[in-house]
Amino acid sequence: MKSLILHTAIRIVMPLLLFFSVFLLVRGHNRPGGGFVAGLVAAASWALYAVAHDAPAARQAFRIDPRVLIGVGLGVILLSGVAGLLAGRPFLAGMWLNPEFAASGEVVVGTPLIFDTGVYLAVVGVVLTIIFVLEEE
Amino acid sequence: MTDLLLVFPVLVPMLTAVLALLAYRSLHGQRTVSMVGAALVFAADIALLIEVVRNGIAATRIGNWPAPYGITFVADEFSALMLALTGLIGFAVALYSLAGIERESEAFGYHPVYHFLLMGVSGAFLTGDLFNLYVWFEVMLVASFVLMALGGERRQMQGAIKYVALNLISSILFLAAVGILYGMAGTLNMADLASKFSVSDSEYSRSVLRTTSMLFIVAFGIKAAAFPLFFWLPASYHLPAPAVSALFAGLLTKVGVYALIRVFTLIFVQDTGYTHTVILVIAGLTMATGVLGAVSQNEFRRILSFHIVSQIGYMIMGLGLFTPLGLAASVFYIAHHIIVKTNLFLVSGAVERIGHSSDLKVLGGLYRARPELSMLFLVPALSLAGLPPLSGFFAKLGLVKAGLIQEQYLIVGVALAVSLLTLFSMMKIWNEAFWKAKPERAGMLAYSDVHLRYQLTPIGLLAAVTLSIGILAGPVFGFAERAGNQLFQPADYIRVVLGGVR
Repeated sequence: MKSLILHTAIRIVMPLLLFFSVFLLVRGHNRPGGGFVAGLVAAASWALYAVAHDAPAARQAFRIDPRVLIGVGLGVILLSGVAGLLAGRPFLAGMWLNPEFAASGEVVVGTPLIFDTGVYLAVVGVVLTIIFVLEEE
Repeated sequence: MTDLLLVFPVLVPMLTAVLALLAYRSLHGQRTVSMVGAALVFAADIALLIEVVRNGIAATRIGNWPAPYGITFVADEFSALMLALTGLIGFAVALYSLAGIERESEAFGYHPVYHFLLMGVSGAFLTGDLFNLYVWFEVMLVASFVLMALGGERRQMQGAIKYVALNLISSILFLAAVGILYGMAGTLNMADLASKFSVSDSEYSRSVLRTTSMLFIVAFGIKAAAFPLFFWLPASYHLPAPAVSALFAGLLTKVGVYALIRVFTLIFVQDTGYTHTVILVIAGLTMATGVLGAVSQNEFRRILSFHIVSQIGYMIMGLGLFTPLGLAASVFYIAHHIIVKTNLFLVSGAVERIGHSSDLKVLGGLYRARPELSMLFLVPALSLAGLPPLSGFFAKLGLVKAGLIQEQYLIVGVALAVSLLTLFSMMKIWNEAFWKAKPERAGMLAYSDVHLRYQLTPIGLLAAVTLSIGILAGPVFGFAERAGNQLFQPADYIRVVLGGVR
């Protein structure tokens, strides 16, 4: 099934969705959002691409195997936890570069953001692995 | 340092799984990562055990949030022992998997999932928070679902569906019980719950507590394969690859038993006359039905599966007696059982490899064909039945003694009778598979003369551990007694977890 409307729309919708997913990721520290939903949104944009074209094309456009992304995501999560251990504090202890901004609603960079990024990558990896396999069947 | 030691049993399997995922293109790379990871976890678990024995209960606050608000990882002697056993089994089965898993399954992600399973099991043994325990159960179950279905044969799927369905029901009950507890007490930290419920004139309704405790018994009872909801286990454990069933047989049901013991020594101790009597009755029925189920079976791994059920009864018998000696005997029994049962499943895998079947009617004459394997079968088999001087004898001795002191003659009688039947069914396997001449029939394959290097090494290792537990029964039981005392008097545990908060 090829839809011209979807085909054309995807060029605009997809970058929007991807940007929105990054926005959700960064915003998620103290407000609604976060790595999980952001990952779902990003994966949804690729799923849409796979619907508009087909799964092999989406796989090709995605370039890397989504399974690798699961590994990378989990690895990033692990790193964010180990950062606490390296600083002589318990595992997963939160540390920030600019905690003074937290009250003003600015983006605070720290281990929780790294953790969320890991979740984001892992979610994209898992969802796309499933979707690509199902689409190809 | 304890911060590190307490998270290693979870972190190392996770890192191993991640690396194995990243190396998914290369089988060789995955195997190397898996072996190194398994060895490192084992080493880390031993280090934690030594630390706990030397310096007492250890705890760390994940994310630096103080208890009871954050999640605490705690290791008392019981937890540390369970972790060390997890490490041992994880290592032995990983070694066995080098030759015991089909290439297709390996390429499909056997190694990463294997380590995710170990991560879930270790997390369940470490956590001091009920909801977190639920999460680790799920990690473990999701990984076990994959391992159970890996290979994708039709009959395997049938077993997997029963396994998945029953375990999901148990998870829902567990979650419901956790929700009720949270509604009552406003906390899920186990030490905090314990200190809230132990106050004699507590404001909490006894009947609601009793109901919740029954929910926990059912939820953990399903996971531990206790009577009456054990039938998923013999329906599924003989179907996946032998290495997988060995891992499941050794570790998964024992996590259920661990959770039962933890919850019913720490949280639900206000009403022992009721709750622990229920547990004792379940223990007796589990022993009896399991062993009777085994008697009627004729397939190597199915017999062993029914024996897991029967042995679960012994493990919770000590909990039901609820004395320091009873708990110590339970701890000893679990340690003995994990090693022995995994080993028996590994032997069954090796037998299947040689004989192309696990049907006792087809097998025979293995003693002549493979004397070394036969001897290695006898060690865990006789230990399971409880013959001196092997580990099983001392485990049962402890339980019987604890039962006699409590004057619970009925359960002691059941335990002794069941152990006789266990001996009978181990001898049945011995006679049929190893002793009798190999039946000659048309179309039957001859025994293959494959080299069993990768199979015999872990089997020998575990048999050696069984023998040394038997020889060193005194000191090992001494350790179990200390663990039993810690479980019976959780004041230390509570103090270490909540330390400084109140």
